[in-house]
Amino acid sequence: MVLKASPSSPPSPDAAPPSRRAVPASLAKLGSAEVIAPVIVGGVALVAWEAAVRIFEMPAYLLPGPLLVLQTLIAEWPQLFPSLLVTLQITVVAFIAATVSGLLIAIVFTQSKWIERSFFPYAVILQTTPIVAIAPLIIIWLKNSTFAALVVCAWIVAFFPIVSNTTLGLNSADHTLKNLFHLYGASRWQTLWYLRLPSALPYFLGGLRISGGLALIGAVVAEFVAGTGGARSGLAYQILMSSYNLQIPRMFAALALTTVLGVLIFVGLTVVSDRLLRHWHESAVQREN
Amino acid sequence: MTVASLAISLHQVDKVYANGTVALQGVDLTIPKGEFVSLVGPSGCGKSTVLRLIAGLGEPSEGTIEWGIAKRDRAIAFVFQDAALMPWANVIDNVHLPLKLKGKSLRESRSAIQAALNRVNLQGAEYRYPRQLSGGMKMRVSIARALVTHPSVLLMDEPFGALDEMTRSRLNSDLLHLWEQYHWTVAFVTHNIYEAVYLSNRVVVMAAHPGRVVAEVTIDEPYPRRDEFRTSSAFNHYCREVMAHLTGTGDEFLSAPVG
Ligand SMILES: Nc1ncnc2c1ncn2[C@@H]1O[C@H](COP(=O)(O)OP(=O)(O)OP(=O)(O)O)[C@@H](O)[C@H]1O
Ligand SMILES: [Mg+2]
Repeated sequence: MVLKASPSSPPSPDAAPPSRRAVPASLAKLGSAEVIAPVIVGGVALVAWEAAVRIFEMPAYLLPGPLLVLQTLIAEWPQLFPSLLVTLQITVVAFIAATVSGLLIAIVFTQSKWIERSFFPYAVILQTTPIVAIAPLIIIWLKNSTFAALVVCAWIVAFFPIVSNTTLGLNSADHTLKNLFHLYGASRWQTLWYLRLPSALPYFLGGLRISGGLALIGAVVAEFVAGTGGARSGLAYQILMSSYNLQIPRMFAALALTTVLGVLIFVGLTVVSDRLLRHWHESAVQREN
Repeated sequence: MTVASLAISLHQVDKVYANGTVALQGVDLTIPKGEFVSLVGPSGCGKSTVLRLIAGLGEPSEGTIEWGIAKRDRAIAFVFQDAALMPWANVIDNVHLPLKLKGKSLRESRSAIQAALNRVNLQGAEYRYPRQLSGGMKMRVSIARALVTHPSVLLMDEPFGALDEMTRSRLNSDLLHLWEQYHWTVAFVTHNIYEAVYLSNRVVVMAAHPGRVVAEVTIDEPYPRRDEFRTSSAFNHYCREVMAHLTGTGDEFLSAPVG
């Protein structure tokens, strides 16, 4: 089975860069070229950046060097780390909500073509509405809980890829197998549980990998809009405050934390995906031919 | 064979697919209980369509299908032309499927599954996944999945097409053995005339464009059929007869029987 190309489905396994599917394997062999090559590229870029900053004597409020950013990160850790946790919490809650609701909505969609036809366009509308534009509204509506408002914003951004991918997956169960289930008198529930859901798993996991990053982006964007003072302020708040105060190295440090968080989310979901699919799906199987 | 009661009867069945393809036209086919019927014919003549209609996967466009077996006694097993295994499940779980759908746990079904796997000679492959099996092995898993249910009606669509000659003739003998033991009603699609003649009470020859039945050849040879039957002159005679009807259909893919 091969993932079909669709706007939100992951690239087909054949097209995926080898480093993506080989993450669990690459954890085992950290010395492989797949890992070393990008690390070298990153290292060279950092050195070049540091060198450029020193040679041209860039002022730190325009462009700090990576060493300074690292120093700032360590120095500011007591403030930045709680913010990281806040953003992580919003992201995780929104992501879980998006996963559960996305899966359930997809299941409801596939129970009847009419439900899908009637409601799918609204899922698309929700997806295409710019989150920056509706975040203020949501924050006003949920003014009693900024946390809830931020979660809702991140959820709106994150849930569509899961709905659309899972719907596609649930509908792509093998036709002959559907016949077989029918022939052996499978109930609707059994067909869903034993046939449609396993068939949808690779698509669902592809959706998760996209949504994980989107949940983080949604959380950060919503934090920006909320601008928030208050006790619970996330990484976006730190970035904003640092830029107001011209603490550019601090801003970079917060930005780096956000990026690292995003990468970790993606890698984590990729590992989970490969583990779940490694026995059978082309995207995770190491073939020998 | 004595006059047996009716199992399945197709009366003037037409099947036109949604895209306008006339897959079957005016097909009459009667299968008595416990009979082994083979369908042969050129590719695209509607053999699979006949089996699917019998299985209730789709309705005839015209005509009727009459059953002599009450609905609740009608345990149909289908071996599809492609093995149709669940890629996420290992061999055991694939064979377990029909029993699982009837609410039987793996533990309860374990011995039945093992027996079915032994019958198709798949001991040792229990925990492999479909992608780790050869084409012939996949087909045998599919056959085991059909046998595990103790069907009363067995529909097989080119089940042995992907197998080597040795395995094929061994499975042919095994299938006949089981058939004599369990009194299944069998509809068996094949491209292999020898196989059809060796196995069946009756060989139904079909032609394409539109799909229809052109001849029925009754193989008047008692069971159990021994291996010597395969080399007898009677066998040769039947093969030639089926062949002659097929040639009339413009069938291009079969070689003439030896002898
Ligand atoms: N789902 C479908 N939709 C449209 N046409 C179909 C469909 N299934 C089969 N057909 C057409 O019906 C005709 C009979 O198909 P069928 O699969 O029954 O042939 P067959 O005798 O089993 O062929 P083969 O030996 O190649 O398996 C063919 O012309 C085929 O193209
Ligand atoms: Mg066919």
